Amino acid sequence: MAVVRVRGPLRNLAGGLAEHQLEGATVVALLRELERGHPGVGGWILDERGRIRRHINVFVNGERGGEATAVRPGDRVEVLPAITGG
Amino acid sequence: MTELVVGTKKGLFLLEGEPGSGFAVKTRAFAGQPVDFATRDRRSGRLLATVTSPFYGPKIFYTDGDPDAEWEQAQGVTLPEGGEQTLERIWVIACGEVEGTLYAGGDPGVLFESRDGGASWEINAGLWQQPSRPDWQPGGGGLCLHSICTWPGEPDKLAVAVSAAGMWLTEDGGRSWRRGNEGLNPGYLPEEALRDENAGRCVHHVERAPRQPGRMFMQFHGGVYRSDDAGESWTDIGGGGLPSDFGFPLMVDPADPDSAYVIPLVADMDRVTPDGRVRIYETRDAGSSWTARGNGLPAEHAYLTVLRQAFSRAGEGGQLELYFGATSGDLFGSADAGSTWSTVATRLPPVYSVVTA
Repeated sequence: MAVVRVRGPLRNLAGGLAEHQLEGATVVALLRELERGHPGVGGWILDERGRIRRHINVFVNGERGGEATAVRPGDRVEVLPAITGG
Repeated sequence: MTELVVGTKKGLFLLEGEPGSGFAVKTRAFAGQPVDFATRDRRSGRLLATVTSPFYGPKIFYTDGDPDAEWEQAQGVTLPEGGEQTLERIWVIACGEVEGTLYAGGDPGVLFESRDGGASWEINAGLWQQPSRPDWQPGGGGLCLHSICTWPGEPDKLAVAVSAAGMWLTEDGGRSWRRGNEGLNPGYLPEEALRDENAGRCVHHVERAPRQPGRMFMQFHGGVYRSDDAGESWTDIGGGGLPSDFGFPLMVDPADPDSAYVIPLVADMDRVTPDGRVRIYETRDAGSSWTARGNGLPAEHAYLTVLRQAFSRAGEGGQLELYFGATSGDLFGSADAGSTWSTVATRLPPVYSVVTA
């Protein structure tokens, strides 16, 4: 299992938990698994196309990743809002 | 007591007060987030807000209770999965004619319907599946469905406007739609392009006269128009005394089908109030003539921009109240149908929408 870490409103939507142990071979598979366990997260990280929203960054073991980035058991996946605004 | 529901770039504000004697901010919700539109359904008392987080995408939230407490996220506000488009923004929410029915319009040119007061929504398939949709052109604000005009007592009749895919009309509750753009004359297109019905018709705002529902008024991207056949065709009424035919919002007095109010801006290349003066223009003869109404509004060095959802009304006739907000964060109101104005609030974040509740 990999560890997916969320914060802010995503944490509230994910049952109040910051860390989630999830099964999945790619980033998008992990995020879908997170949505299955916590339907309130649906639409917040992944859009209708199944892509990570433009202003959300995902890091796998500290390196920027995308939907198809491979994930191995024990990997640490951080979901973070990008630095944006106005 | 009048309540103003104000959507801004940095949150939702609820203000309360008496017209002409001051308003106070009672609530700020969604701090720091863009609230594109917010309204209170007068039938149920429910507050609804459309919020487009730059991180998490557009959502509709609602509350039946304390607006300072938790809001519920509405369900179903999404495009069908598997396509190449994403929902960008919800621009407007309007009450339907049937109890509990609401409509929401958004980008990309999408209409949602709720039958439970806004808790859950379904996309209108008839409009979503329009064969011409791939050719629809967005305006500067995106492909926004911003105006939803119901027909009093006729729930199946609906008119919606999309920038820049023009007017769309239905008489069967949204199962089928047809265009309503005859007579619109986009000055930004070459004449030959007008034959292409998919060429951009950049409608900015549309209102229906509730006592004479076949009468509609439109602020166009360069042009003010009137329709006397429920939006099938349009007549230019922008010539009779307006300083400019460019602007965004438009409002009507429900008591008078010949009435309309617009807030002209200089032009599309200079979207501020003309001559540094803030003035509303009123017609009471269906657009034959327009009269400036600026008593009490800033009269010099005032270069304001008023967006399409930032103009609202309460009451009618002699009791008509009018309110509008600007991207400067200023909010103005009139308790006498626009004859005199006062400042309702200053230094709010840029105002996106104003609704009286």
